[in-house]
Amino acid sequence: MTQGTNPFGHSITDDDIVETLSFFDDWEDRYKYIIDLGKELPAMPEELRTEERKIRGCQSQVWINTRLEQGRLEMDVDSDAFIVKGLLGVVLAAYNNKTPAQVLAFDVDDYFGKLELLSHLSPTRGNGLRAMVARIQSIAAEAAQAS
Amino acid sequence: MTRSHFDAEAIRADFPILQQEVNGHPLVYLDNAATTQKPEAVIEAISHYYRCDNANVHRGAHALSDRATVAFEQARERVAQFIGSPKASQLIWVRGTTEAINLVAQSWGRQQLKAGDRVLVSYLEHHSNIVPWQLVAAATGATVEPIPITVDGDIDLAAFDALLDERVKMVSVNHVSNALGTVNPVAEITRKAHAVGAKVMLDGAQATAHFPVDVVALDCDFYAFSGHKLFGPTGIGALWGRESLLEAMPPFLGGGEMIETVSFAGTTFNSLPFKFEAGTPNIAGAIGLAAAIDYLAGIDMNAAAEHELSLLEQSLELAKDVSGLRRIGNPAQSVGIFSFVLEGVHPSDLGMLLDQQGIAVRTGHHCTQPLMDYYQVPGTVRASYAMYNTAQDVERLFQGIHKAKRLFG
Repeated sequence: MTQGTNPFGHSITDDDIVETLSFFDDWEDRYKYIIDLGKELPAMPEELRTEERKIRGCQSQVWINTRLEQGRLEMDVDSDAFIVKGLLGVVLAAYNNKTPAQVLAFDVDDYFGKLELLSHLSPTRGNGLRAMVARIQSIAAEAAQAS
Repeated sequence: MTRSHFDAEAIRADFPILQQEVNGHPLVYLDNAATTQKPEAVIEAISHYYRCDNANVHRGAHALSDRATVAFEQARERVAQFIGSPKASQLIWVRGTTEAINLVAQSWGRQQLKAGDRVLVSYLEHHSNIVPWQLVAAATGATVEPIPITVDGDIDLAAFDALLDERVKMVSVNHVSNALGTVNPVAEITRKAHAVGAKVMLDGAQATAHFPVDVVALDCDFYAFSGHKLFGPTGIGALWGRESLLEAMPPFLGGGEMIETVSFAGTTFNSLPFKFEAGTPNIAGAIGLAAAIDYLAGIDMNAAAEHELSLLEQSLELAKDVSGLRRIGNPAQSVGIFSFVLEGVHPSDLGMLLDQQGIAVRTGHHCTQPLMDYYQVPGTVRASYAMYNTAQDVERLFQGIHKAKRLFG
């Protein structure tokens, strides 16, 4: 897959994820789904996996690349850990293809709460999720200021 | 495979925290190298202190302060005895091993190290036994150099011999590796270091819970360990030092308690151990640590050590049935620590899936980035056993690993 064909935020929305995850009761099915989501996330091209795009303080390597396309945020993310990738997909489903104002207005804790994945947003987890969300929100804030 | 007859279940019943469920499964706590759990006796000792005996120590003029001071100083004697210290005054209370190493690096190091001096630490070391030396080296012009290890995760003694010369002033190594479980031949390392005139500091954080430590027999110059790795509370640890060295060292932190007289014309310092204990100490912590040592005195610690090793043996056996699982390290002597990687599964992902099954392990670099770089892994999954872990815990771990593997297809 190439840049721009990221399904998250386009064909896979946050509502889709909330709905699908609510079907699964046991942890194995839930995490299988998250792993599969991770597999659907396009790999970030090697040349984009730079130090500036890395999120610090994570157990796995996590990168984010952001662009503004016609006033909407488009992000590519990658990680060398599959569950982390899947969780990044969950974040992108909510934030991709949104205006900066929409990103800033989105209640990510509530979203993760509904998914029963709130523990993964905990700042103690070295999975980069909280830092990724913070990075996206600050990029959105900058973009909102600029416009 | 020998099964130990040590009654781990009985021990486990003394630890209230182990009786809970996590994510709908009974907790399997395998992160003891990160911190150990506390028996009721320790929790009770701390609660009792705050309910009945709390007061500031050393300065008081009343009954409570007498009781608190007696309990605090008796705790010091107990801990000193535990590691074979000739005198209680050689036992300095600190927050933990990290603070102990910083104390020696700053107090002994700034005074003794000069440009061209060398400090040797091993590739196994925890960051807490690397960074303090780097900080003092930067300030004094000394260098910090790594002692190579073998692919099995043992300190390479031949390489160590080759590094030793009269410019080496300090050798600081871990007694037991937190990441791999390696038990280092520290008595021999100490002899070799002393032969060139170097001092020796030992990081005992991962040792004291697993076997007896005798600082006089080891003949080291400094020994550090943490209460929370020994079934005691967090925020308390001990630095033991050779008396002549401690007497010669300048203070570390300044303030109340560590002074004799204070004036703006000049200040004089208190004698050992108080010279190194500025401010109100972690009184409850010291009492809790002594209570932990008392609790352990009622347990056959040799049998406990054998039991932990039988869990490691069981792990190695079960690991054979997991394709793609590779143990990291294979040291000559080990405590019950099992560090591994699983092909195709990032350690952090495996940790998450084990957590979903109520199994607590640690994943990542374990504060030993140079060691992880040496093995060229981003991190490992580490199961670290204590005396209250059971054969069933190990079975659950491996069932959990198999389940996690299946999810990755």
